Amino acid sequence: MANPLAGVRATRHRLKETHPLSVLIAERLGLSLLLLWAVSILIFAGVEALPGDFAETYLGQSATPQAIANIRADLGLDRPITTRYFEWLGGVVQGDFGNSWASGAPVTEQITKRLGNSLFLAFFAAAISVPLAVGLGMVAVHYRNRIPDRVINVLSLAAISLPEFFIGYILIVFFAVQMGVATFPSTVYDNMSWSERLAAIALPTATLVMVVLAHMMRMTRAAIISVMSSAYMETAELKGLGAFKAIVKHAAPNAIAPIVNVVALNLAYLVVGVVVVEVVFVYPGMGQYMVDAVTVRDMPVVQACGLIFAAVYILLNMVADIVAIVANPRLRHPR
Amino acid sequence: MTDPIKYFASRVTASEMNRREFIGRSMAAGLTLAAATSLYGKAAMAQEPKRGGHLKLGLQGGASTDVIDPAKSSSQFTFAMNRNWGDTLVESHPTSGLAVPSLAESWEPNADASVWTFKIRKGVEFHDGSELTIDDVVKTLNRHTDEKSESGALGVLGSIKGIENKGGDLVLTLSEGNADLPLLLSDYHLVIQPGGGYDNPNAGIGTGPFKIDNFEAGVRATFVKNENDWRTDRGFVDSVEMIVMNDATARMAALSSGQVHFINRVDPKTVGLLKRAPNVEIQTTSGRGHYVFIMHCNTAPFDNNDLRLALKYAMDRETMVEKILGGYGKVGNDFPINETYALFPEGIEQRSYDPDKAAFHFKKSGHDGSVLLRTSDVAFPGAVDAAVLYQETAKKAGIDIEIKREPGDGYWSNVWNVQPFSTSYWGGRPTQDQMYSTAYLSSADWNDTRFFNTDFDKILLEARAELDQAKRKEMYHDMALMVRDTGGLILPMFNDFVNATTTNVSGFVDDIGNDMSNGYVATRLWINS
Repeated sequence: MANPLAGVRATRHRLKETHPLSVLIAERLGLSLLLLWAVSILIFAGVEALPGDFAETYLGQSATPQAIANIRADLGLDRPITTRYFEWLGGVVQGDFGNSWASGAPVTEQITKRLGNSLFLAFFAAAISVPLAVGLGMVAVHYRNRIPDRVINVLSLAAISLPEFFIGYILIVFFAVQMGVATFPSTVYDNMSWSERLAAIALPTATLVMVVLAHMMRMTRAAIISVMSSAYMETAELKGLGAFKAIVKHAAPNAIAPIVNVVALNLAYLVVGVVVVEVVFVYPGMGQYMVDAVTVRDMPVVQACGLIFAAVYILLNMVADIVAIVANPRLRHPR
Repeated sequence: MTDPIKYFASRVTASEMNRREFIGRSMAAGLTLAAATSLYGKAAMAQEPKRGGHLKLGLQGGASTDVIDPAKSSSQFTFAMNRNWGDTLVESHPTSGLAVPSLAESWEPNADASVWTFKIRKGVEFHDGSELTIDDVVKTLNRHTDEKSESGALGVLGSIKGIENKGGDLVLTLSEGNADLPLLLSDYHLVIQPGGGYDNPNAGIGTGPFKIDNFEAGVRATFVKNENDWRTDRGFVDSVEMIVMNDATARMAALSSGQVHFINRVDPKTVGLLKRAPNVEIQTTSGRGHYVFIMHCNTAPFDNNDLRLALKYAMDRETMVEKILGGYGKVGNDFPINETYALFPEGIEQRSYDPDKAAFHFKKSGHDGSVLLRTSDVAFPGAVDAAVLYQETAKKAGIDIEIKREPGDGYWSNVWNVQPFSTSYWGGRPTQDQMYSTAYLSSADWNDTRFFNTDFDKILLEARAELDQAKRKEMYHDMALMVRDTGGLILPMFNDFVNATTTNVSGFVDDIGNDMSNGYVATRLWINS
């Protein structure tokens, strides 16, 4: 007797043998959607649980009962929570994130601009910090326990030990206030030229690079060192390969999985976790946008920001896993 | 004005003397700080303004939830924005706080101050080229008061029952007499918009000295000069850029590096450091805002007036001003009015720290054990420190205060106006009547000291409709004494507004109306070099 479920399982098994990677990606994407849905429920419930609703917090001290009632009726806040949630969900499924309660403008339009700013900053910070961290990690391994290794370690640990706002303030004091060479505040806006934008983000980019550098650098160093102690590295040395070449050719590919994981985490941080740096440098990114929205319980904006942040994390982690699998033959062909 | 002070003022006018020097010397010549400060403003105003240039302001208090619609304006940023592009019917005088004409040329009450007639200025143009009419005025006020209103000024305008156009004049009918009505119309929400702003409240079309060029909520706003401005004594620069800077250190860095000409909300704790920058001038203005410790008069143990008096005498006001405000403030006297209000009741004895009296009243109250005070960092800047300081001074009088630190989120809905003893703050109101009606009338929603006194309520309503200023002042004197001696309010300090400018701009007016020169800062400053 044909069990339909068994059929599905069999198909899945066959697919997994022929296209292991595609099946994995499809599975992860499906799980991601489920995860995002759970996140949306969590955020919705979380904001509901906060004391005070949008009407109260938005009007603040100047609130009168009539004005509060008018806003609630206007936005339909007087209806049950489940009704409001499913209405919102219905819109999102059709690609409509709704309008901000506070400004009345479409959320998508506002977020595009802010997300663009955040990605712009994150891209440059990543473009500098990732090669720098991996490179420095390799250099540190090469000069293991000698002066260059120690210097790299001490400096990067010092940078990560200082809170990011403090690094920001130090950079501002030296480069903007005393020397007057850097642009501050780092505000970017619509009709700014490309070069002006680059100048504006110089200091925040430098801050972010210093914050994420140590983590990635030390993981690179540790991963490579552990690989270096394995037998095949000894073979490489014995067959006469130069030390640096051995690292690049044999050690690095095998050490890539943990490094990529740490890089992915740090990239995610660069996109979603930099609200403090945004505030210090007066940079209009996503973080500040979401904090403003949470302050007045502007649900559509909080939801949209939360989903984007979660999606960034999920996506980057997925990419890290895939890269790790592709790089490692043992994972690529599971038995 | 005595002769030496007159001379100093002329030096200021001629730009030969800066603010610090002028105030210092005038005080040496026998003037009080408040008088010297206001005099400096006048002398600086007399200076011939320079026109042109691009003025940049770094402001705390903007958020991406901000909108241009003045009815929904609630942040410091939109408050200052409204002042740039729009006008209200009435303004308040920078130093006396009295009502002065703006879009309303003049006004006249009837005998019991319940019907007011306003003459609207002719020949004023909106930014879109249309002319201001009485219709626009009526519709604007309608939009702020009709049943669908979401306006922040709704509470202020609650007593207005009729808004009419009678022969080209605006006639407002009130449910009860109110001698302060013109000042209520100076509320910053009440910007006159074409067609009342019904069509597009966020258009930003007004009659102000600057036109909105670009607005990105929570990021920045830019303005260009309105060449058809109906006034010539404001709006001196060609363009204005307001940047949202919510981080205090970022604002200080931007100012001291010369990136902006003006910042607001200088932290009293770091003002000493900012002063050291050679190109910076601190601008302090006496304000009406105050930090308070509030007790519910109807809840045990605070329903005992002796306990309330004991707690009032246990407060060391001078130390509070010095430590919590860094000296940028004035001591309070347990009623919510200071000398910046019109009709300030003079001759009320200043209450001061007196551990003996506190101990005497504490003993008389018969209260046993400690007193629980709830506080949080959001109550006012330094509120937790202030509570600890208070605990120390009360201990010397034998009163044991237990401090409970509450979470900041939800403080305003769960603690303030709910718990019997907590810390809080009040911003000022345009008139004494407004202040008392908001928080000390028995029926007020925000009667956060649960002060129920029918005599007080009666005098308050009588004073509201009293057009004889001398009689009214006497009534306010009696009311102040009632709150001071029987109320639940401990008011240790009034906080100054602390702003800062670079030294190459002039024209900052110490306006007692509100922070940032009552929001008019961009319309009043000019750039010297």
